[in-house]
Amino acid sequence: MLALLIGTAAVFSSCKPKGPADVAMGDAASKVYVAPGKYDEFYNIVSGGFNGQIAVYGIPSGRLFKILPVFSVFPESGYGYSEETKPMLNTSHGFVPWDDLHHIALSTTKGEHDGRWIFANGNNTPRVARVSFKSFRTEEILEIPNSGGNHSSPFITENTEYLVAGTRFSIPMDNKDVPISSYKENFKGSISFVKIDPVNGHMNIAFQLRTPGFNYDLSRAGKGPSHGWFFFSCYNTEQAYTLLEVNASQKDKDFIMAVNWKKAEEYIAQGKGKTEKVRYAHNTYDDKTHSATSKMENEVLVLDVSEFPDIVYFIPCAKSPHGCDVDPTGEYIVGSGKLAAMMPVFSFTKIQNAIANKDYEGDFNGIPVIKYEAALHGEVKKPGLGPLHTEFDEKGNAYTSMFVSSEIVKWNVKTLEILDRVPTYYSIGHLSVPGGPTAKPHGKYVIAYNKITKDRYLPTGPELSQSAQLYDISGDKMRLLLDFPTVGEPHYAEAIPASMITPTSTKIYKIEENEHQYAAKGEAQAKVERKGNEIHVYMTAIRSHLTPDNIEGVRLGDEVFFHVTNLEQDWDVPHGFAIKGAANAEILIMPGETQTLKWKPLTTGVVPFYCTDFCSALHQEMSGYIRISPAGSNTPLKFSTGKIEGQP
Amino acid sequence: MKRLILVATLLALFSCGQQQSTSTDASAPDEAVGGGQSTVQDNTSEPDVVHVAVGSPDHTTLVTALKGAEYVDVLSNAGPFTVFAPTNAAFDKLPAGTVEGLLKPESKDALRNILEYHVYVGVIKEDFIQDGMTLNQVNLDNVTLNKKDGKITVNGANVLGVVKASNGIVYIIDAVLLPPEKK
Repeated sequence: MLALLIGTAAVFSSCKPKGPADVAMGDAASKVYVAPGKYDEFYNIVSGGFNGQIAVYGIPSGRLFKILPVFSVFPESGYGYSEETKPMLNTSHGFVPWDDLHHIALSTTKGEHDGRWIFANGNNTPRVARVSFKSFRTEEILEIPNSGGNHSSPFITENTEYLVAGTRFSIPMDNKDVPISSYKENFKGSISFVKIDPVNGHMNIAFQLRTPGFNYDLSRAGKGPSHGWFFFSCYNTEQAYTLLEVNASQKDKDFIMAVNWKKAEEYIAQGKGKTEKVRYAHNTYDDKTHSATSKMENEVLVLDVSEFPDIVYFIPCAKSPHGCDVDPTGEYIVGSGKLAAMMPVFSFTKIQNAIANKDYEGDFNGIPVIKYEAALHGEVKKPGLGPLHTEFDEKGNAYTSMFVSSEIVKWNVKTLEILDRVPTYYSIGHLSVPGGPTAKPHGKYVIAYNKITKDRYLPTGPELSQSAQLYDISGDKMRLLLDFPTVGEPHYAEAIPASMITPTSTKIYKIEENEHQYAAKGEAQAKVERKGNEIHVYMTAIRSHLTPDNIEGVRLGDEVFFHVTNLEQDWDVPHGFAIKGAANAEILIMPGETQTLKWKPLTTGVVPFYCTDFCSALHQEMSGYIRISPAGSNTPLKFSTGKIEGQP
Repeated sequence: MKRLILVATLLALFSCGQQQSTSTDASAPDEAVGGGQSTVQDNTSEPDVVHVAVGSPDHTTLVTALKGAEYVDVLSNAGPFTVFAPTNAAFDKLPAGTVEGLLKPESKDALRNILEYHVYVGVIKEDFIQDGMTLNQVNLDNVTLNKKDGKITVNGANVLGVVKASNGIVYIIDAVLLPPEKK
């Protein structure tokens, strides 16, 4: 009876409002309020997950500024619909209009943000992308061959020398037709090292490491003393190929894989890489021609790590590690066993000593497995349930997301002491401290990206938004300030001071630098040409008319290409273009730019077209007509703007 | 008696929900709602493992313990979980005073350790259980499952019934599982 009374009391006591740590207190509003016309302090670059895009928010306000298409078509801007951008989504499988964008990485120099590029991974049809921080546009997409799903990507080295792309799913290489049950024998992992040109950011696969067949989850480069190394979390070291939910959770420990990429570089320089025949697309966008080109590449250099035993070492790590995060000093590597109620923190110095002393517990497929204790700095005991990812502040603290117990746990990297915990609403995945993965964190906030919102917002049917939550970390205790819904499903995100980005942000493209082959760089150059059954309209747009706006002589069976050049040289005056019945989207043309919409008329008649972006007081007047005559008719090809029939 | 306790528990849960709904009222002070996932009001979805336990008159002690250890929000998560749920009678088999002792605030870690020994992250369905298989539980200790003539035991405790939940599966057992002594 006593127990029951206590029990009931406990039930009631659990209803008490929780402490201040999980409740936004009175001045939270002023801490996130950005007055009208004022700027946010940070850009928050947030992956969109299954929308294949990146979202750009302001911090601390949580305001959404832009959805930036990367791997998915975006009818709002015509990305993937215009003739110029279609090649960006070309792959060895043809045009792939969607992907699952999980992680972003902001370029760094000496381990610190440099504000040049955003890199992103395509998880499904393995790809990596580079986005310009000047234009906030996708400039390059590189397909990754020999990969079954590009998850541990696009993490970068200290000076953005390399970006990595590790396969989530191991596969039989060379598209081999083998039984799935031959996993252990035939399936291999693959880690690509993509070289970044320091001047223009162009990406090329320098080499691939052929690794044992299991799942490569996440990764981080070393920095400072550990520069030259890369760390990857691995799960399914059981090498299961069915019901991974159970069969990939059999062992108490999986691995962190430590890669000495400088050593791999040496072997490649010595000509030890083997050339393999593959097919992968390499797509680049040129902001002078305003066009993308897609090139099919056909070989990669491969180093099989089993033949080079001093490239790769395994470190045992508790139960299906997910995050594998390196602290700002480069000394500590945090493994987050997502099914463990404990987090091991490894020491780079100890790992080096263990390798020097061959302090191994054995090997896996010939690769040395370092003794757990020999590599271990210490364990964070009972941090919470379901540790996923860790970010760092500038004061030696770490912040780890706990999916199952829905909380952020703050702990000291050196002492491993847990300092604070705050709930998230609900089921946090990734988290971000501004500069959190770099050698010089900016600190100030931690942002939670939550997978589940259930009752947090007004319900919108069965499909609910994901969310972000902003916490102040300037004091000893974390404080919830703001809760805002997000687009897509945010996975990893980074925040960077706005002052590093705004001074170089592109305002317009210079019309005199436009090298598009169909550009009309003035109304005098506007024209219509017939090439067989192709009609090319060199059209201009300026407030508030299109030139030409009357077109005749097009016949059924023709394909019409509207090449629209925006003649404006004024900030924030895009024009749009759409035509009735077009089986794709609109195009949105920035000042000085040329973009092309392809349209195939299916009936005769006169069809209107118009500007879709409200550009001026006479925007509604910004329209025109195109006449479609029957196939074989002899309606003469003609075009004009402002010409009235019968007048000179 | 059992029914009374269940009513009390349900009332307590219900009062939590009401508290939340008032604080989302537009006229409420400028404070965020701090309830965890267990406070979500949802009578439409299939019950989760917490609601399965709350709904069972034979598991009031377990529910009390989960609340005492602040473990209800965790088990309301997406999981998925396999939960071994000792009945009230199972708790009654413990030496007198054990449960009372564990419910004291200073025993929260010990209580949590015991409860975490009853939880596995992942769904282990009955037909997947093999005789002698082990599961590494949330507290990092292993339990051993046995299956003889279709009868399942966990560390020797008998499985009395199995209930599917939205975020996992609940095995009702007739003994409390005690984690092995740490050496």
